[in-house]
Amino acid sequence: MLTQSKAVKEMVVLSGKGGTGKTSIAAALIHLASQSQINPVFVDADVDAANLALVTGVKHLEQHDFISSKLAQIDPEKCDLCHKCYEVCRFDAIKLPTNAQDSYKVIDLLCEGCASCVYSCPQSAIHMIDQQDGEWYLSTTPFGPLYHAELFPAAENSGKLVTLIRKEAKKYAENNTEHHLIIIDGPPGIGCPVIASSTGVDLALLVAEPGLSGSHDLKRIVQTLSHFKIPQVICINKANLYKQGVLEIRKFAQENNIQILSEIPFDNAIPKAMVQAKPVTEFSPTSHASKTIEKLWLNIEKILTN
Amino acid sequence: MRIAIASGKGGTGKTMVATSLAAVVSEKYKIRFLDCDVEAPNAHLFLNPTINENNSAIINIPVIDQEQCILCGQCVDMCEFNALAMLGDKIEIFEQLCHGCGSCTIHCPVQAITETPRKIGEIKSGAYNDDHPFVFGELTISEPMATPIIRQIKNRITKDDEITILDSPPGSSCSVVATLHDADYVLLVTEPTPFGLHDLKQMIGVLSHTGSPAGVIINRNGIGDTKVEDYLSDKPFPVLMKIPFQEDIAEGLASGKLLINIIPELKSTFLDVLAVIKSEVKRESGQ
Repeated sequence: MLTQSKAVKEMVVLSGKGGTGKTSIAAALIHLASQSQINPVFVDADVDAANLALVTGVKHLEQHDFISSKLAQIDPEKCDLCHKCYEVCRFDAIKLPTNAQDSYKVIDLLCEGCASCVYSCPQSAIHMIDQQDGEWYLSTTPFGPLYHAELFPAAENSGKLVTLIRKEAKKYAENNTEHHLIIIDGPPGIGCPVIASSTGVDLALLVAEPGLSGSHDLKRIVQTLSHFKIPQVICINKANLYKQGVLEIRKFAQENNIQILSEIPFDNAIPKAMVQAKPVTEFSPTSHASKTIEKLWLNIEKILTN
Repeated sequence: MRIAIASGKGGTGKTMVATSLAAVVSEKYKIRFLDCDVEAPNAHLFLNPTINENNSAIINIPVIDQEQCILCGQCVDMCEFNALAMLGDKIEIFEQLCHGCGSCTIHCPVQAITETPRKIGEIKSGAYNDDHPFVFGELTISEPMATPIIRQIKNRITKDDEITILDSPPGSSCSVVATLHDADYVLLVTEPTPFGLHDLKQMIGVLSHTGSPAGVIINRNGIGDTKVEDYLSDKPFPVLMKIPFQEDIAEGLASGKLLINIIPELKSTFLDVLAVIKSEVKRESGQ
């Protein structure tokens, strides 16, 4: 039984391709897990498009600023137009003077925060200013505690924010010993925030979508997780929309020794549940999707307890 | 003119819209298509370009000449990304943390640092529909940083390009900004659900930083509710197209068909969208 295990286990839901149903399925698993005495802690690691709270409902218990990046700022009084900052900046983040602007200026949106201009400026006219890149929260939900965040639009360091909230969730689970599992709703893609959401987890559940794009991106996330030696399993979502795509995923999974735990049909109950701000297994427990996800959860539980 | 297609939420149909737009308008204009979703590029699956060039996408990372190095530690202190550390009597580099800014190389007091290119991905280029340039990138598996590749893809834009179409990655942070910060127009593809609305608002937040005009395409119309349209009703982002949720569309896209080949009537709608974009961009540039 998971509850008899001492260490807190972690599971992440990923996909490669966006829009395959990670959050909808993660929310359903969270609902089912909370009913099974496992008392999971949840993390929404898709910090620049954080949607999990929309179907769990949240009450913030804690709110924290996420101050992570820095932006260069040029003091126009000290700038003597020597052009050195423009020469060293590799990110096209220095704007030349114009009629309306009589010193060099940093383009915030492009500034990478490297401070090369700071060290190059002979007039010491440039300083780095801390930026608040977002906020993170510990919230309560009807299913258990949720660590989530909102990265401000256009902000950087999403990977760092993911790492931060995962660390906080782990600390919480270890300090409150009734929690044995952390379920992480991951972001799309394969880059920095995905890597941050999945390093060290006990299991990655890949939500795959049948079709050319779905298969293409599934391969890339599988390769990424294999590189980091993360155990992975697949569930195919919207499985009835394109049979050939399902066959391709089954073939790919077999060739790569990855178990397919479930094939979930496209079911209107899922978007309807989303509109009602509920996990589908709560909103429509007798729907085809819910029944299939219940079996998926039982399979996941078996894997995590072994 | 640069048109970027973005969404915030993944899977709303950015690539579907971008590739159909590119197919339709290439009949009248010279188009350059850039797939900037370098983590999970899909546009090539729909436009089937002939790829004839494959280049490495690189970041220039520092190389320390340990004999010249006086172990002053200035490079370590200077690095804002913690990519350098003094371990024992050596300066070590954590390559994947390096942003390639060159600061350590430029400012080393004894010029002990040079640079070497490190491959982080590939940039593939060729043409679709015979002669319209097509470029996409692929981040190397396990590499964290997409933005340097996106910048290198965008360096392919030339002054002669009439229209550049940029397919953005999902999300609303640095790789999206790298793709569309200089777009003349942004098409936001959303879905009429709470997730679609939430992430659309994030993208509108991004546009408040970039300042570009934008319009919205609602995909899978009918699947959720009307809150996206209600939200947009008093905003300066017109709904330019609504694509219904239909299983035949989903199946066609899954098999790699362009939307305009599944629903040919939409060809003229895409031309109308382009007309709106052109007139809006002209209006903005006149101000």
